[in-house]
Amino acid sequence: MKVGVLALQGAFARHAAVLTDVGVAPIEVRTPEHLSGVDALVMPGGESTTMSMLLDIAELRQPLAERITRGLPVFGTCAGMILLASSVADGRSDQESLAAIDIDVRRNGYGRQIDSFEADVNVGGEGLPSWDTPFHGVFIRAPVVERVGDGIEVLASVDDNPVLCRQGHVMVASFHPELTADRRIHELFVEAA
Amino acid sequence: MSDITRSTGTQLVKRGLAEMLKGGVVMDVVNPEQARIAEDAGAVAVMALERVPSDIRRDGGVARMSDPEMIEGIKAAVTIPVMAKVRIGHFAEAQIIQALGVDYVDESEVLTPADEAHHIDKWAFDVPFVCGATNLGEALRRISEGACLIRSKGEAGTGNIVEAVRHLRSIMGDIGRITKADSAELFEWAKRLQAPLSLVQEIAETGELPVPMFCAGGIATPADASLVMQLGAQSVFVGSGIFKSDDPAPRARAIVEATTNFTDPVILGKVSRGLGAAMPGLEIDTLETRLADRGW
Repeated sequence: MKVGVLALQGAFARHAAVLTDVGVAPIEVRTPEHLSGVDALVMPGGESTTMSMLLDIAELRQPLAERITRGLPVFGTCAGMILLASSVADGRSDQESLAAIDIDVRRNGYGRQIDSFEADVNVGGEGLPSWDTPFHGVFIRAPVVERVGDGIEVLASVDDNPVLCRQGHVMVASFHPELTADRRIHELFVEAA
Repeated sequence: MSDITRSTGTQLVKRGLAEMLKGGVVMDVVNPEQARIAEDAGAVAVMALERVPSDIRRDGGVARMSDPEMIEGIKAAVTIPVMAKVRIGHFAEAQIIQALGVDYVDESEVLTPADEAHHIDKWAFDVPFVCGATNLGEALRRISEGACLIRSKGEAGTGNIVEAVRHLRSIMGDIGRITKADSAELFEWAKRLQAPLSLVQEIAETGELPVPMFCAGGIATPADASLVMQLGAQSVFVGSGIFKSDDPAPRARAIVEATTNFTDPVILGKVSRGLGAAMPGLEIDTLETRLADRGW
């Protein structure tokens, strides 16, 4: 299986390193040709406004939306989650999302950098192997999930806010599993893909 | 309300924001209007300051932290992270900037230093710091003081890339040499660099700086951005290069595209077309003040 990492901007190299660790050779995706060569895609954290603009410039938005509709497994972290959400609050007015997962997010909903935090997150859900230790989540100017639609699996929450969600082949996290040594969430994505 | 313990201001969240800014362009802006142009052009963050470096150079006098009102205005104008500069060693300015809720503090040689011997103890802050460096020893001293992001200094306000290239080559070259050194030689490296042995050993093991490294000082064109990215920078800071050019918005966007596609000369050629005049440049030998010499 060929797993791509959207490499327009942000923490794509960190995701690629983790994917290498879990045994898949990652492919950096910057063009529609790169995209057509992958069987799954990670959308990293970074600045969603920048990535959104670069998606348009690279003429990646439409092919990406079509691939996701046809079942391309995708995993979005932080800005990646924002790009995949059905609606975004506190974004730029012209910020367009891919509406690939039925959740509403508020950009920088946990606050500015001074409010960025680390916290242990309990991951679990139907059909998931039970994890005996929590996952250490790193939240950087993270988006808050304010609404989840029917059929969304909430795999982890912080207080009352979902932080790891899945709908079919689309998984999103508001934190950064690529910044810590724990590989379980990437493994979860790669195994399901 | 919460049964989950949150830790803020940790090295992981401070260095983490720098990770998110990789592959991007941080742009100097002096007012909310410029901040919006920068965000529209795809900047990953803006640096709020009162005068861009080329104006500081022209005007002379003491350059200080910006007016908090102006910083607040820029924070309100954009959704991307906002950085602000403080004088080297001026921890009171840094305390004020932190209290304003700015996302990154730049302890910068572009402003007039406040302390001739000491940089700020950056471990004492929850807000992350970026600091400039001209060589690896300087970078490691800043990291040992708590900096979470290093930018090679270059020579700000000149539109001349030569110093940025010199500093990047020096830093990357020494990192490469350290990875080839044996364990006994690392003690000599630490002595020569005047840097903590533990950080030198970390570089020997990982082959890279412990924090991200961006490039600043002299970037004026998309080709400049490509050059420094190919030399090992992970993002670029553009100061006077955008808003001192003929037509800032298209140039800003072109530099953003060039930073993403820095290895693709066809795209670089396309984005470099028809941008109008770049900022007028300065020869390094003619400068009265070398900003890069500030910092110890």
